[in-house]
Amino acid sequence: MKPAPKSALKDKSVELLFEVGCEEIPAGMLPKAEEELRTNIEKLLSAESLSEGVTVETFSAPRRLTAWVRGLPAKQSDVESEVTGPPKSVAYDSVGAPTRAAQSFAEKQHVHVNALYLIQTPKGEYLAAKQIKLGKTAEQILTAILPRAVHDLTWPRSMTWTGLDGTRFIRPIRWIVAVLDGKPLKFSIAGLPAGDTTRGHRFIGSNSIRVRNFADYEKKLHSNGAIIRPSRRREKIEAELNAHAKHGSFRIHEDADLRRLVTYLNEFPTVIQGDFDPAFLSLPDEILITVMRDHQKYFAVEKKNGELAPHFLAVINIAKDSKGLIRAGHERVLRARFADAQFFWQSDQKCRLADYLPKLERVTYESRLGSYRDKVERVRAIARWLTEQWFNLGLLQAHVAEADRAAELAKCDLATEMVREFTELQGIVGGLYARAQGEPDEVADAVYDHYRPVGLEDPIPRNLTGCAVSLADKLDSIVGCFAVGVVPTGSSDPYALRRAALGIVKIIIEKKLPVSLSLAIGAAAKALLTHKPKRGVTPEQETQVLEFILDRAKFVLREKEGFGYDEVSAVFRAGADDLLDARKRLVALKAIRKSKNFEPLAVSFKRIRKILEKANVSAGQGRQVNPELFENQAERHLYSTAREAGSKVQSLKREGKYQEALEVIAGLRPAVDEFFDGVMVMAENEAVRANRLTLLAELLREFTTVADFSEIGGEERR
Amino acid sequence: MKVKVKLEQKPRGLTFQDLILKLSHFWVKQGCVLQQPYDVEVGAGTMHPETFLRVLGPHPYRVSYVQPSRRPADGRYGENPNRLYKHSQFQVILKPSPVDVQDVYLKSLGAIGINLKEHDIRFEEDNWESPTLGAWGIGWQVLLDGLEITQFTYFQQSGGIDLDPISVELTYGLERICAFLQGVESVYDLRWSADKTYGDIRLMEEQQFSEYSFDRSDAAAIRSEFELHEKQAKELLDGFKGTAGKDRARYPILAAYDHCLKCSHLFNLMDARGVISTTERAALMARVRTLACRTASAYLEQISPAAQRPEVRA
Repeated sequence: MKPAPKSALKDKSVELLFEVGCEEIPAGMLPKAEEELRTNIEKLLSAESLSEGVTVETFSAPRRLTAWVRGLPAKQSDVESEVTGPPKSVAYDSVGAPTRAAQSFAEKQHVHVNALYLIQTPKGEYLAAKQIKLGKTAEQILTAILPRAVHDLTWPRSMTWTGLDGTRFIRPIRWIVAVLDGKPLKFSIAGLPAGDTTRGHRFIGSNSIRVRNFADYEKKLHSNGAIIRPSRRREKIEAELNAHAKHGSFRIHEDADLRRLVTYLNEFPTVIQGDFDPAFLSLPDEILITVMRDHQKYFAVEKKNGELAPHFLAVINIAKDSKGLIRAGHERVLRARFADAQFFWQSDQKCRLADYLPKLERVTYESRLGSYRDKVERVRAIARWLTEQWFNLGLLQAHVAEADRAAELAKCDLATEMVREFTELQGIVGGLYARAQGEPDEVADAVYDHYRPVGLEDPIPRNLTGCAVSLADKLDSIVGCFAVGVVPTGSSDPYALRRAALGIVKIIIEKKLPVSLSLAIGAAAKALLTHKPKRGVTPEQETQVLEFILDRAKFVLREKEGFGYDEVSAVFRAGADDLLDARKRLVALKAIRKSKNFEPLAVSFKRIRKILEKANVSAGQGRQVNPELFENQAERHLYSTAREAGSKVQSLKREGKYQEALEVIAGLRPAVDEFFDGVMVMAENEAVRANRLTLLAELLREFTTVADFSEIGGEERR
Repeated sequence: MKVKVKLEQKPRGLTFQDLILKLSHFWVKQGCVLQQPYDVEVGAGTMHPETFLRVLGPHPYRVSYVQPSRRPADGRYGENPNRLYKHSQFQVILKPSPVDVQDVYLKSLGAIGINLKEHDIRFEEDNWESPTLGAWGIGWQVLLDGLEITQFTYFQQSGGIDLDPISVELTYGLERICAFLQGVESVYDLRWSADKTYGDIRLMEEQQFSEYSFDRSDAAAIRSEFELHEKQAKELLDGFKGTAGKDRARYPILAAYDHCLKCSHLFNLMDARGVISTTERAALMARVRTLACRTASAYLEQISPAAQRPEVRA
C-alpha cells in the first residue's frame, strides 16, 4: 500500500488538549463554567475564521476545566487584498515613468515599484498593489486566544491568591496543560507557563503526568483517580447507587439535584453504604432527609413501602474504603447530627408553638416594617379578609378562623432551635410541631406549606387555608416592601419579591381562586396602615404593586401555560385584575385564533388603533355616533352590524362564554373589510370625519374588552 | 475451657495536648512563629492581633497558635456532647500564601496520624466572613469523612482593607479533630493528657459560663461596659490623627484594638442573654466593625505609611 501523500499544511487538521488546573472549584459552578469555556473558545476561534469543521468539547472536575478541540485547521487561509494608491495622474509623469509618489507608495507596501498596477475606479485610474496576508497558524492563534478564553469566564465571586495585582479567578490556578498535536504551546495564564504535565487525584494519583493528547490524557487521568467526563462519573454513581439498592432491597429517595451535585463534587466518585440507629426513625422524614441531603450530601433510602430505611448512601471521592474507616466516619458524623436534631425536636416542644410568638418580636423582617411579630398580625388580617371574601363568593370550605390560626402560627418556628439550625426547614418544622401538638390538619398543613410555591415548578399549598396564608404572607411582603421603597431592580431582589409575586399568581390560577388583585392589594395596604408599623401606602404604590404582580402573571401564562406573547398582551390590555377571568379569556382567544376571520380582523383592529392614534382620538372619548351623518352604505352597515354584535357580545360575556363572544366579534370582519374598502375615514367634511372616527373608536372600545385584538400578531417581544 | 484474655488496649489517637504539640511542631518546622493565645476574650482565632493585624501590609509573616474561642451563645451547660461555650482553634497564618499550601496543609494531617489514602478528604466551598471585623475570604471547609475539621481561607480583606499580599488562614477545630482521632462521641470524654479527660479539665468552666451568660450576667452592666470600651477605643483612634514621628510610632493603636475586642465579646454576651433585637444587633455589629476598620487603617498607617492602599469601607 502506498502511503497517503502528505497534505498541505492548511488542509491538515490538528487537535488541542487544554486544561486549567485549579484548587477545588465549587461544584455548583462547574456545569456553567464548562459550558462557558466551550462557547468562549468557539467564539474566539470563529473570530479568527478558524472554526469551520471544528468540534469543541469541554469537561470539568473539581480540580480542572478541560477543553478538547478537534478538526482544527492547522492554519488560517491566506487572504489576498488590493491596496489603492495615488491616482495615475500623480503616479506617473508625462513620459510614463513612476513619480516619487509611486515609489513611496511601493515602499510603504513593501513591493517593487514594477509590481504596481493600475485599476479602474469610479474616480478614475489609480495605482494599486497586491497584498497577501499570510494566514496565522493554529498554534499562533491558540496561543493568543486560550488565555483570553479563561480570562473571560464569569464567576459569582472571584478572588486573588497573590495580591491586588494578581489574577482573579474562582479559586487559585495551579497548572496549565496545552498540547497541540503532541506539542506543548507556549503561553502562560496566571503567571504559569502552559505545559504537557497534568496532575491526578490528590490522594490516589500521581502529581505529575505527561500527556500527549486528549485520549492519552483521559486514560492516564482515569488510572490516576480522576474521571474527566462528568457523564462517566454520573454513570459510575448511578450504577453503584443501583447496585447498593438492589443488594439491600431498598430504593433510593430520588434527588436529581443531589445526583448532579455529587457528580461535580468528586473526581473519582464511589458510593458507600452507611447505617444509622433505627431509633432516629422516630424523627419526621423531612428532618432526616434534610440532614442527610443538605448537610451531608447523602442519599436517603426507602423501603418498598415508602418508609425511610435506617441506611444512607454517601458518595466519597476515593476508589475504595477497604478498612471501613470512611464508613465509620460518616456514620459518626450523621449520628451527631441526628442527635442534635432529636435534641431540638424535644427541647423546642417543651413549650407550644404559639408560645414562640413573643420571641418573634426580636426577629426583624425589615427595619421599617418591623419584626416578624408585627408581620404575623398583618398576615392574619389579610388571610381573614381573603377567606371572608371567598366564603361570601360561595367557596364554602373557606374557613376564617382556621386561616387566622394558621397565620398566627406560621412564623413561630423561626424562633425554634430546629429552624435556627436547619433554616431550610422553615415552615415545615412549624407544620410538624403544630401537628404533633394537636392542631387540626387543615391548620398544620397550612403552616407547613405556607412558603410554597418557591418557584415555577414548586407545588402550591395543599389546602385552601394554606393558600390563604401563603397569599397573605406574600401580599404583605410585596406591599410592605414597595411602601418603603424596596423595589426589585435588575438582579437585586433581597426579599425575593419576584418569587412572592410568582407564588401569588400560581396559587390563584392553580387553585382557581376568585381574587381581585387590586382589592387584595388594598386589603394588604389597609393591614399595613392599621397594624404596626402603621405605614400608609400611596395609590401610586398600589398601582405599582398591581403592575408588578401582573407582570409575573404574564410570565407564568407564557412560560408555564404556553400562551403566546401577543395573546397574553391582548388579554391583559383588556384588563386582568381577576386572573382566573383573564385566563378564561386567554383560552377562548387561543381557541378562536385559528378561525379564518380572526387574524384579518386583528389586522383591521390594529389599523383602527393606528388611525385613531394618528387622529388623536382616544377609544374612551365620550362622543356618540350620529347615524344622520353617514354618507355611505358601508358605514351604515358596519354601524348596524356592530350594534347588533355589541349586545350579543355583552350578554355572552356576562355568561362567561368568551369563545362565543369572540366568534361574534370575528364575524364583524366582512363589515369591517367593506368599511375600509368603501369609506375614506379622513373625509374632507369635518363632522363626517369626526363621526367616522367616533364609530371606529366605539368599535375598538366595545370589542376589545375580552381581548385587545390590536395586540395580536405583534412581533415577539421580550 | 477457653479463656478470653482481654488485652490491655492502647488508647486510640493522640491526646488533646499531643495534638496541639504535633500541630505546633509541624508548623514551626514550616517556619511559623509559635505564638500564644491572645489574653483578651475573642470569638475566633482570627481576632487575635497576630491574624487580624499581621495580615495587613506587605511584610511576610508566618505564625501559628492555639486560640481558645469564646462564643457565649453556643454554650450548653456542659450537656451537649459537641457544643461548647469555649472551644479551641489552632490557627495558622501564612503570608504570602505559598503555591503548595494545600499540600502542606494535607501533610499536617499526616503529622497528626491521618492516613490520607484511607479517608475521604475534600475541600468544599465555604467562604468565610466576619461582619464585625470587616474581614472576609474565599476558601473551603475541609471535610474528613464528612466531618468539618478545618476552615481554609484565602483572606481577601481585613478591617475593610484589601489585602496585598494575600494570606492563607487555616483554622483547625481541635476538639472535633481530637474526637475523631480518639473515636469518642462526647467532647468531655476526650483524653486531654494520659490521665485527665477534657471533662476533668473543662466541664466546670462550661457549666458556669453557660449559667453566667444565659442566666446571670447583668445585661445593663454589660451594655454600659460596651459603651465605655467603645468610647476608649474611639478616643484612642481619634488621638492618632494628630501624631507624628516618634510619637506616632509608639501610639497605642494596639490598645484601641483591645477595646474593640472587648466590645465584640460584650456584644456576644448581650446576644447570649437575649437582650438584643435583630435591628439593634445589626447596629451594634456595625459599631464594632467601625472600630475594627479604623484600627486596621491606623495600624497600617503606623507600620508603613507608604504601604497604605485606598481603604474600602465594609
